[in-house]
Amino acid sequence: MTSPLDQKLRIDGPVAITANRLTDGAVIHRARQGGWTTDLAAALVVTTSEEAIALLKEAAGQGTLVVGDYAAPVEIAVDGKILPGNLRERIRCAGPTFELPRVPVGV
Amino acid sequence: MYVYDEFDRTLLNERVAEFRDQIKRRLSGELTEEEFRPLRLMNGTYLQLHAYMLRISIPYGTISSKQMRMLAYVARRYDRGYGHFTTRQNIQFHWIKLEELPDAMADLASVGLHGMQTSGNCVRNISTDQWAGVARDEIEDPRLYAEILRQHLTIHPEFSFLPRKFKIGVTGAMPDRAAVRMHDLGLWLKRSETGEIGFEVAVGGGLGRTPYLAQTIKPFLPRRDLLGYVEAILRVYNQYGRRDNVWKARIKILVHALGAEKFAQEVEAEFQSAKEYSPVLDDTLIAEIAGRFAYPDYDKLADNPAELQAGFRDERFRAWYFNAVSPHRVPGYAIVTISLKPEGMTPGDCTADKMELLADLADRYCFGELRNGHEQNLCLPSVRQRDLHELWLKLDAAELALANVNLITDIIACPGLDYCSLANARAIPVAMEITRRFANLELQRNIGRLHINISGCINACGHHHIGHIGILGVEKNDQEFYQITLGGKADENARLGTLIGPAVPYDKVADIVEDIVAAYIELRARPDEIFVDTVKRVGIQPFKDRVYAVH
Ligand code: SF4
Repeated sequence: MTSPLDQKLRIDGPVAITANRLTDGAVIHRARQGGWTTDLAAALVVTTSEEAIALLKEAAGQGTLVVGDYAAPVEIAVDGKILPGNLRERIRCAGPTFELPRVPVGV
Repeated sequence: MYVYDEFDRTLLNERVAEFRDQIKRRLSGELTEEEFRPLRLMNGTYLQLHAYMLRISIPYGTISSKQMRMLAYVARRYDRGYGHFTTRQNIQFHWIKLEELPDAMADLASVGLHGMQTSGNCVRNISTDQWAGVARDEIEDPRLYAEILRQHLTIHPEFSFLPRKFKIGVTGAMPDRAAVRMHDLGLWLKRSETGEIGFEVAVGGGLGRTPYLAQTIKPFLPRRDLLGYVEAILRVYNQYGRRDNVWKARIKILVHALGAEKFAQEVEAEFQSAKEYSPVLDDTLIAEIAGRFAYPDYDKLADNPAELQAGFRDERFRAWYFNAVSPHRVPGYAIVTISLKPEGMTPGDCTADKMELLADLADRYCFGELRNGHEQNLCLPSVRQRDLHELWLKLDAAELALANVNLITDIIACPGLDYCSLANARAIPVAMEITRRFANLELQRNIGRLHINISGCINACGHHHIGHIGILGVEKNDQEFYQITLGGKADENARLGTLIGPAVPYDKVADIVEDIVAAYIELRARPDEIFVDTVKRVGIQPFKDRVYAVH
């Protein structure tokens, strides 16, 4: 997948503004309610580069909250659910595509 | 094992305090991400897809049981209960929180571990043979020289801002287990005809976008000149290396552009002109550093003790022994490789409980010492042969007695798109699927020695160019595709693999590996002609025909 850092901001579909949280690196998205959310379902989806650029500008002023913000493709399912737009974004949202090493319970 | 002194400890503690302050200033907004990024990288901290990653160096792959216990503690306390051993004698924690990082670093520093020189344009963690000091075929322990270079070059002001990162590999033995020709600077300990110890020096190796093998520029460098000569190499690189283009900044590009001969002349001229002021590696200095390596106090034992013979009655033990146990330089001892490649799991991952068990076993059977090598496996370097069966029982109970060392499921793979923000494609699930296809140990033994290396992008952390079968993830229209190379080799006769044709989609890779292996079985001259030798003899065409005819 092309690194988002290499992407020009040319939007040809719905996107969400995504980033990592500064304190722990967790994947977060710009929320519809304002602020940031770890839940893609609550993300604000935009479809034009003007909207995306405006949101990225806002994010740039929130350097103590977010790192590496960019516009990530999303898909809108028939039921209106927001889904990650490609494999990279799926992995960012859901973690590695396999089971992580088994760590004994209680450890 | 090298014992740190007060100077090393102070340096580490100061570094932790400095990084703690930098993190505090980043969290408060005093430092921007642009300002902070190089600082965190200097301490081995990366931002990956879904978390921060902390890379800790394991100098020359030597690790004490105490350090292993601390790694287990850090894995549990600050991460998700496991760590990932890499192809460059490092361990990575993939789920670290920035706000907890200073405490994790302080804990690691308490046992002499750190993330320095795992990132940035400096001399990186120096790698060497994981059997250093115990191998039968060794001239001298290469860790001695790796340590001397480390001390001389760590945070050396002149060499902290090189055009690009600089990796050194040192080995004292043939065969080369440290993949020395893959390094920016490769050093082989050699003995001259008069018995003098020195080095063959090769420069300009490296994989990545433009793969090259290091070329020898000095067949024999007396060891007293080691530091002066390495400084001269770094100075020539500092002066002429391409700082204008990150893709052309590695020393390999410079060596290739100038030609090895001209590069050697430049180094020689620099070395001669600075000789008067260059540090000399005299016997006193060597003895001083050597004195700080604590070697095990070996018992006087004989090879093949009765306990070992009795163990051979157990067929599974015998299979493991002939696969994972290697000769030691001291009679009565053996080197045990612990494969971290179970079927269907991530190559190189190790859980905290396994780390702790291994630390306990190292204390009980191996003078409290463990090793790790570029194949992403661990090693107990000095086990009494008479204890091998007992040790095997304990390893086996913990699913750590795998008999697949150097076989087709002993796959080297980088984290790929499941973790890494630079990736084009996944590497780990490809490895997992191949291990499932070849899970049968009988089948693996019949195939024989075969190294598969997988990288998730052109940066080649999985060393795909030197895999007998190399697999490189690329991206086409937002889909994962893989290029396959055959015939690469990491040892003293290192070779880069040859591409067999167009990239193939993700779900075809394991099928294709099966086809390649089936073709090999038909083509090999004898059952003991290993895969890479068959490829060398017959070329890639028959494999290509097979792969692209079928798919
Ligand atoms: S080879 Fe590429 S994908 Fe793999 S770890 Fe290195 S940078 Fe990441």
